[in-house]
Amino acid sequence: MSTILAQKPKSLTDKPMHYCPGCGHGIVHRLIGEAIDELNIAERVIGVAPVGCAVFADDYFACDTVQGAHGRGPAIATGIKRSKPEAIVFSYQGDGDLASIGMGEIVHAAVRSENITVIFINNAIYGMTGGQMAPTTLVGQVATTAPKGRDPKLQGWPINMCEMLAQITGSKYLERVAVDTPQHVMAAKKAIKKAFENQVKGMGFGMVEVISQCPTNWHADVQQSLEFVRTKMMPQYPLGVFKDEGAN
Amino acid sequence: MPRVEVDANRCKACYLCVNACPKKCLGKSETISKKGYFTAEMKHPEKCIGCTMCYMMCPDIAIKVIKD
Repeated sequence: MSTILAQKPKSLTDKPMHYCPGCGHGIVHRLIGEAIDELNIAERVIGVAPVGCAVFADDYFACDTVQGAHGRGPAIATGIKRSKPEAIVFSYQGDGDLASIGMGEIVHAAVRSENITVIFINNAIYGMTGGQMAPTTLVGQVATTAPKGRDPKLQGWPINMCEMLAQITGSKYLERVAVDTPQHVMAAKKAIKKAFENQVKGMGFGMVEVISQCPTNWHADVQQSLEFVRTKMMPQYPLGVFKDEGAN
Repeated sequence: MPRVEVDANRCKACYLCVNACPKKCLGKSETISKKGYFTAEMKHPEKCIGCTMCYMMCPDIAIKVIKD
């Protein structure tokens, strides 16, 4: 008699992912799939795929998915949630999508406290277009549009979305997690599951920010990129719960 | 006995699993896969404790952990 300890969640399709080796997107896709499976909400979930590396996320999630215009994930999710209140809607976005062109949409979705879940992948760079500077790029980090490293005098400072959205009354659940070690992956899974649970309960706007590695555009091997996450990204983007009104 | 199955058609040889394994059971394969990678594979099945850490770190969901 053999038991399966761990295998691909049912909420993901069999299609092999197109992400680069070592990329954090695949891990986060799996965590979303596991959360959907464990909460038994697969029939109700509608996802919104972003523009960016995860543009083909609709190929991987076995639920209904919409591919949105650049940065407009929260606006599309709002429309879906308001017209189908029984649906569980999540928007999956990268840092260029959410923190740059989609800044208005994410802020106002939080202001209105839309009952949606946003999964925000922060890898401090534009991945799909080839490593341009993102709003979340660290000071001194080299990008193709900041060849000498990001200089605050010229390009400003990186933006911390969780801290910023925590100031808004409408945001109800904000947590920042990472996927660099099995321990952090487990914490990330808990956070993502909690964000979906909150939506099922109708708690309002929730966002989980995931610090993810991008070995390709950081020009590092996979282990070096994990080291970069720990030594460079975590001091700028500390992990933790920034807001959890459901806890009270 | 727990055992780990790596799907060579999904694995992209990032070796996140190899580095995550607390018992150092996994390693690099000798042969090249269809996709052109030296995929991760089980080297010391007798040491495996079935902790599923390899599965947790795999970004390509190529790993299945089974307990017989």
